[in-house]
Amino acid sequence: MSNARTAVKTSNTRRPGVAWRVVLDRAEPLIEWIIRLCGWSAIFFVFAIFFFVFWEAVPALFGGVNLIEFFTSTRWQPSSEVRPEYGILALLVGTVSVTALAMAIAVPLGLGAAVFISEFCSGKLKEILKIVIELLAAIPSIVWGFVGYMVLGPIIIWATGAAVGVNLLNGGIILALMSVPIIVSVGEDALKAVPDSYREAALSLGASRWEIVYRVLFPAAKNGLLAAVLLGVGRAIGETMAVLMCTGHAVQIPHGLLDPICTLTATIASELGESVSGGMHYSVLFMIGLVLFLITFAVNLAADLVVKGVRNEQR
Amino acid sequence: MSLRFNLILFCLLLAVLACGCDRSRENSVAIRNEGSDTMVNIAQAWAEQYNQKHEDVSVQVLGGGSGVGIASLIDGNCDMANTSRKMKPDEMKIVREKRGDEPKEFIVGYDALAIYVHKRNPLESISMEELADLYGEEGKLTKWFELGVPVGTLGTDKIIRINRQSGSGTYFYFRKAVLGKGKDMKLGSIGANGSKDAVSLVSRTPAAIGYSGMGYATDDVKILKVSRRRGEPGVAPTVANARSGAYPITRPLRIYTIGEPAGPVKEYIDWILSPEGQEIVLQLGYVPMESNE
Amino acid sequence: MAFHSNSISPPPSPLAPLPKGEGRNPFAPSALEKHKKIKETAAQWVLAAITLMLVVPVAAILGYLFVKALPVLSFSFLFDNPANRMTAGGIWAPLVGTFFLVLISLAAAAPIGILAGVYLNEYARDNWITRSINLAVMNLAGVPSIVHGLFGVGAFVLFAGMGRSLLAASCTLAVMTLPVIVTSTREALAAVPMSFREACWNMGATRWQTIRTIVLPNSISGILTGVILQVSRAAGETAPILFTGAVFFMPTPPHGWESFFPYGLDDYCMALSMHLFTLATQVRGVSDEYLYGTAVVLVGLVLVVNSASIVLRGYLRSRKKW
Repeated sequence: MSNARTAVKTSNTRRPGVAWRVVLDRAEPLIEWIIRLCGWSAIFFVFAIFFFVFWEAVPALFGGVNLIEFFTSTRWQPSSEVRPEYGILALLVGTVSVTALAMAIAVPLGLGAAVFISEFCSGKLKEILKIVIELLAAIPSIVWGFVGYMVLGPIIIWATGAAVGVNLLNGGIILALMSVPIIVSVGEDALKAVPDSYREAALSLGASRWEIVYRVLFPAAKNGLLAAVLLGVGRAIGETMAVLMCTGHAVQIPHGLLDPICTLTATIASELGESVSGGMHYSVLFMIGLVLFLITFAVNLAADLVVKGVRNEQR
Repeated sequence: MSLRFNLILFCLLLAVLACGCDRSRENSVAIRNEGSDTMVNIAQAWAEQYNQKHEDVSVQVLGGGSGVGIASLIDGNCDMANTSRKMKPDEMKIVREKRGDEPKEFIVGYDALAIYVHKRNPLESISMEELADLYGEEGKLTKWFELGVPVGTLGTDKIIRINRQSGSGTYFYFRKAVLGKGKDMKLGSIGANGSKDAVSLVSRTPAAIGYSGMGYATDDVKILKVSRRRGEPGVAPTVANARSGAYPITRPLRIYTIGEPAGPVKEYIDWILSPEGQEIVLQLGYVPMESNE
Repeated sequence: MAFHSNSISPPPSPLAPLPKGEGRNPFAPSALEKHKKIKETAAQWVLAAITLMLVVPVAAILGYLFVKALPVLSFSFLFDNPANRMTAGGIWAPLVGTFFLVLISLAAAAPIGILAGVYLNEYARDNWITRSINLAVMNLAGVPSIVHGLFGVGAFVLFAGMGRSLLAASCTLAVMTLPVIVTSTREALAAVPMSFREACWNMGATRWQTIRTIVLPNSISGILTGVILQVSRAAGETAPILFTGAVFFMPTPPHGWESFFPYGLDDYCMALSMHLFTLATQVRGVSDEYLYGTAVVLVGLVLVVNSASIVLRGYLRSRKKW
């Protein structure tokens, strides 16, 4: 293809356009530095995100908010005239509960679909299913939120007799649908990474395909599958618009699946616009952002370490 | 907005046909108007109507919330801030410090906050005391039968309170009007993300009660009459009742400027207060000012 | 892979005693084998059902959205500006806003992302810096979108002094979508066989010459796929632009070409995702068809862009000669 042609191009000095090529070659040290800087930019941006969110949270972190109360109080009364209270326990519980529910739905579905696509399909069907999963991942979160709000809410009221349609269950289902694609695709990669010789050995011993899956592939790919689940968890924790529209945004500890809840992300999205810029409420919202950043950082780090475990094992 | 790069030309710039050009029209005036989401509908309507009469004046309307509008006014990003609440004393102080001038307030209409319930709900009226009992932090009211709604009509007996997100102008006003100064709302109510959201949540939730501007009413919800005290006859949120003060939860819609407005901004505000501008207020389901004629 | 064919069951074990009696098939599966076969079939059907449970409801939902949106979907819905306080007209202004957001964020993210991918695949050695870059890319992808929005407020709106503007929103989106481009570029470069590079180096070319003339031209398809994925991601996001530049409503002049391209870099802008949110929660008197119509256009846009990337990938993969 182009390798032969371009090789000719570079060696043919009489062709027009040679001047800028010479410039490009001469500038190699400069260009290499630019490339290096771009390469390091990811680290820079992660630090920048931490720094700027931290900077805006400083007034609350040092002087405004009692950290113990912040994490242990369920009273979120940020715009009280008498005594504003910033306790995020209810929001944390909301985030955790909706994520847990979403995972309870998404993990069996996602891993099941990953196994089906990887081990029980072949040819066209496999390709089509992979494309469909990829397209599922592309649907914007605001559309999922809209679906939960307009379509799923009334269905939940009709089916369960719940008092209100926007609740934990609604958010959990929507988040599950949103995080399934990532679980499927990472899980499928993990199964694909198991060498075929494992499968062939099991097959030659008379194992059925199902036995191969749960006796051989699950143990062999367990780290990859765990990473898939963790990435799904990360996605679910960080999701904003969908939970804002689907969970009802009520500051309380949920007692059942049908209670409305409030999450960390949704609180920021719904209250930042109305809080006075530079004020304490504003700063506390950035502090919540910092908490979210640290949580997702930890989850991603865990996923990374788990994947690294896979590589070391295979070595 | 003096220098605006045309973005389409910006694309061409990427194709090495660079061109930035100044697009500010010399003989036209732009008024920037920012603030309350409650008022953004009406402000847009004013802007559209005014532009048809005065081609040379374009009014740009932006929402974002009362607080956003005031912040923007202080920073000089807009000429007029729409608010559904009164400017806070510390905000006034910042205005004086930063701009060296007094903020000037215009009341341009009224908004009656209606209490909405699902259309299947047999309740007809509610008192301010009951509302305070329902929404207030110390309030005990949580069941529909306590309000006289027979058990079983709404699927569940629990009252689903629909609130607005903490910090919005409507939230502040409702809290002050219903609970009184210095009181807090009960936690655990659903926080709607906008005036329309509150009404449409009520329309899809039989056991819900919520509040929002009376202009947001739809066929799927019922508006309750409101009385000041338990047992007194309720008053419906109508233009006449809101104007006379008989309806208890009526708030003025305000526009703030820095100092006494002059030139096009003054003409625009005068037009808003004229019968023609007030007619639009009425059309959109808000309450116009008492006409002087 | 050979064992994917459904019809062949494992042969009977040679150690099993042969069945006695004349009428019996000596190759008939034993009870254990039958049991295994049943289990396997059951598992296969259950897993197929699970996969269907993912695909069918989503397809149904999308179909439902589309059917509900049908009454408003028309040429003028796409190309008219919102009118009558957003209850009539079309969605042109938000559509253009999304287009500009995507374009500018792409212009910022693509060069940085591609060069970062080049660095990671071509220059970086396996040391702690590279490992932390990889970790940073992964984290950047995992940071919640609303935290990106907060970062945009702190860094671009306040610190860089851009104010809430199209530019600030685009920069926020650019940072958020950077990892998409980095990862896919790195994968695309890794797919170029090492022998290509070695051949080029043996001709006396430097590292950069090799990258420029051999590696990049041969991996352009994969890089393009990543870029397209970035576009679809940036087009659909709401949370990062909520506080950095997107607004409820931007007035558009009724006529003139400014009504087609209403935004300057320092202006606020409308965006399709934000428009859907405001229509659903704030604007009075919008008929439901408008909501569904906006949602369908947004989903359609993203899905079309994504399908384009998939088609492109398939096409270019089929043309690969190595």
